[in-house]
Amino acid sequence: MLSKRIIPCLDIKDGRTVKGVNFQDLQDAGDPVALAAQYAVQGADELVFLDITATEDARETMASLVLEVSKAIDIPFTVGGGIRSVSDVEKLLKNGADKISINSSAVRNPQLINDLAQAFGSQCVVVAIDAKQIDQSWRVHLVGGKVPTELHLFDWAKEAADRGAGEILFTSMDHDGSKHGYAIDALARLSEDLSIPLIASGGAGTEQHFLDAFTQGKVDAVLAASVFHYGVIPIPILKTYLASQGIPIRK
Amino acid sequence: MNLVIIDYGAGNIQSIIHAFDRLGVQARLTKDAQAISSADRVIFPGVGAAGSAMSQLRATGLNELIPQLKQPVLGICLGMQLMCRHSEENNTDGLGIFQVDVVEFDNTLLKVPQMGWNSLSALTSPLFNQLPQDPYVYMVHSYYAPICNQTAAVAEYGIPYSAALHRDNFWGTQFHPEKSSQVGSKILQQFLSLTS
Repeated sequence: MLSKRIIPCLDIKDGRTVKGVNFQDLQDAGDPVALAAQYAVQGADELVFLDITATEDARETMASLVLEVSKAIDIPFTVGGGIRSVSDVEKLLKNGADKISINSSAVRNPQLINDLAQAFGSQCVVVAIDAKQIDQSWRVHLVGGKVPTELHLFDWAKEAADRGAGEILFTSMDHDGSKHGYAIDALARLSEDLSIPLIASGGAGTEQHFLDAFTQGKVDAVLAASVFHYGVIPIPILKTYLASQGIPIRK
Repeated sequence: MNLVIIDYGAGNIQSIIHAFDRLGVQARLTKDAQAISSADRVIFPGVGAAGSAMSQLRATGLNELIPQLKQPVLGICLGMQLMCRHSEENNTDGLGIFQVDVVEFDNTLLKVPQMGWNSLSALTSPLFNQLPQDPYVYMVHSYYAPICNQTAAVAEYGIPYSAALHRDNFWGTQFHPEKSSQVGSKILQQFLSLTS
């Protein structure tokens, strides 16, 4: 049976992890490769690396980081941030990334989704969507949530899937950082609308929140950053809890 | 150990090379028929679409070579599917090593591609010796090989299907052992130590 996935997200700036990390046996908390290896051992099902610098120089740094990560870990990982073209993606995949995620660049140039799916297959194209509610309607935002658009979450997710996205990663900006749980209603609707896998992001604070995302939000995977980085919810404990609640989990 | 990976433009070869590096074996990427024929072990990778991948194989004559190989050969993901008789993807004739036709998951009932970790059962090959109970492996695919006489492992996604196939010196895994953590690493180790 296909298990539900637990995905830690690592923010990368100039080749280093940004958010503080609270792993006792980690010498250098800023080293993404060591951190990735640690997560793999803990039982993370996948990893996401998000390059938050995304300048030209940083993209080169990211490409070599991807190669190092690919040498060190034996679970799948996704790379996002600043990807604008087929050649950007080609370099990352060649260096060993399994999937890439695009966000603002897909909104600005939706054809990029088609082009990437055509060139590399839908399975490696994750479309990340940041949205927040404005007057009861979920509006897509760009540039890490700074720039609002007229696009509606549900329309855009559907379009991305139709264009060849293999997976949707939805972050609710209203919930992100709140630790009050994922945007369950929006997730449930997305999951209903889409016939591709859905990853929930934004709001995880307790084990129950992860459970709710699976049981009520009907998602295929959950992504979180700080609860894992700060050791608030260790992955092995989360997995044991979810399994005890009847969620199919990889042991 | 002379291990080659068949080079025909299929994606993400790095992960396979790195997985064998971790086992202390250096894999060599090659399209040279002589190098492939004389290797101790052959990996037939594959990511992408069946139609264009088969065209690549035909263009280089590898479609004739692969079915004649005598040493242990392991097809991974699309590599396994191309070793079958036919694929519904781009209506493509395969290499015919495994007597089964690859078909598409029903996306009105299931999320397609299947993406993530699935558990294996009904393991009937030395490739899977020494695995833990209920082993999980990483799968990413939209097409699958139904259960047949050559099924060597079963996974379930809506229906039971072939997670692995085996005939003579040929093995195929629908999953990615190179991305399947310790379980995958054990399987690759077993592939290296096969005696036939």
